[in-house]
Amino acid sequence: MPKMTIISPGPLSTIQDAGRFGYMDTGFSPNGAMDLYSMKIANLLVGNAMCDGVIEMTMMGVSVKFDATSTVAITGADMQPELNGEPTKMYAAIEVKAGDVLSLKMAKSGMRSYLAVAGGFDIPLAMGSMSTNLKCALGGFEGRKLKKGDEILLRQSVPKAHVGSRDIKPENNFENTIVVRVVLGPQDDYFTENGINTFLTSEYTVSDKSDRMGVRLDGEQIENKNGVDIISDGIATGAVQIPASGTPIIMMADRQTTGGYAKIATVISADLKNIAQAKPGTKVKFKAVREKEAVSLKKEEDKKLKKLQYELTYSVWKD
Amino acid sequence: MTSNTEQIRFLSCGDSAVTVEFSKEMNEETNRKIRFLAAKIANEGIRGVSESVPTFCSMTIYFDPFVISRKKLEKKILKIISSYKEGSAGKKRVFLIPVCYDGDYAPDMEDVCELTGLSKEEVIDIHSSTDYLIYMLGFLPGFPYLGGMDKRIEAPRLDSPRTTIPVGAVGIGGKQTGIYPLASPGGWRLIGRTPVKVYDPDREAPIVYRAGDYIRFCPISAEEFEKIAATGGSEIKVREEN
Repeated sequence: MPKMTIISPGPLSTIQDAGRFGYMDTGFSPNGAMDLYSMKIANLLVGNAMCDGVIEMTMMGVSVKFDATSTVAITGADMQPELNGEPTKMYAAIEVKAGDVLSLKMAKSGMRSYLAVAGGFDIPLAMGSMSTNLKCALGGFEGRKLKKGDEILLRQSVPKAHVGSRDIKPENNFENTIVVRVVLGPQDDYFTENGINTFLTSEYTVSDKSDRMGVRLDGEQIENKNGVDIISDGIATGAVQIPASGTPIIMMADRQTTGGYAKIATVISADLKNIAQAKPGTKVKFKAVREKEAVSLKKEEDKKLKKLQYELTYSVWKD
Repeated sequence: MTSNTEQIRFLSCGDSAVTVEFSKEMNEETNRKIRFLAAKIANEGIRGVSESVPTFCSMTIYFDPFVISRKKLEKKILKIISSYKEGSAGKKRVFLIPVCYDGDYAPDMEDVCELTGLSKEEVIDIHSSTDYLIYMLGFLPGFPYLGGMDKRIEAPRLDSPRTTIPVGAVGIGGKQTGIYPLASPGGWRLIGRTPVKVYDPDREAPIVYRAGDYIRFCPISAEEFEKIAATGGSEIKVREEN
């Protein structure tokens, strides 16, 4: 079976798909790619199903050696990919040959890149998903982050001719200041008018203590009415939790399923990708929108992906 | 609306989730209603609903807004809850968890005896004579938040948490008792350990119990512990009551 071997793993590279669903009631986080949008585009570029497993790389990319002809695509943060030492494109289907080395560097902008391989990885699903659950050592590659020498089996060898010549405009346009839209609730009533005002008007900074569980923000404290302890309830993706410290934590893919701190708002689905790509130091401003608007923005994003899927599936592109 | 639904509030969790708050305080009746709704959704399904997470006083429901609008979903939920009658939450399921309370399996037993002024036998007797209601699962996969522990065996958490608590450890943390389904840091006082696998990724149901079920701890000897552990510990016995 064709394979790729990890020469250098980067600080945190894991196998992720769209997530592990159906187990949240028993306490399993969904896991999955932090930036689902970029993950899906990577898959589409190599002709995979949108939610197939990819490698998510954090801050710095992997170097991998291939032992068979294969077609790959890299999306998300710009990690300046090179093929055998020569710069190569992001957001494009790239053919690699046996012996080729694909190496990625530090993210020039953004936080997470996604590497998809045509045909996908030959990795068994664990509880219905290929996503790595680091806490439970479950799924992905032996339940852990990738390390040097790991051999990832590929389902098949796919030359680029079978995928088509795919190349789209890079989407990695990561700003130093981002506006993140939220819907207030579930526990916005735990905060004073002043507190909500602080949340929606001040500028926060992404902390370097952020991880796949939560993106932590530094900045002005949000005033509560009578404390932030609640009787533990469910934590949705993108929930903006305000612990006793008063500064927000945005709950992401590896979050706990339940928790006992008040959540002032929830980041809308369409903006989760921007939070996932915000590196430490990025300035964040929150903007409240209505749920209806959040749904239509989610729909827009969904349409964009479906359009891309259609174009990549039914048209032959020329370089 | 009926009395079943008058306390219900729907709390917004963005565009794809909503929390149904049943009441502002936890009690067994609220939990039965949550369990009733969870069972209805699990058995009959609601088109567009992908997950439902029951917690102490509420349930968070994940849905696809392209398939069902939140408004429609709320209507459906209210309809289900208003059909709840006392006793309609189904059978009581009690999961029997064998626990060895001896020796190295119970590193904090002596401290708990000292803190409570009870003998080891009394602690074991009290701890293992209650069916504990699982209010919710969270913190770790399969970690049960249990209600109904006897006040006499309450013991404060450790001043500094252990960096690793072994899988299967049974502990007391303040007013609560519980099992660690996987090795994890934690501050509870450990009074025993179970040889059964509460979390088993290779079992058809990696976690066998749900919120609304009960757990009963059954004392076993160190020899029995070894015997069960040698079988792999995948099988967990359950007692059903009407």
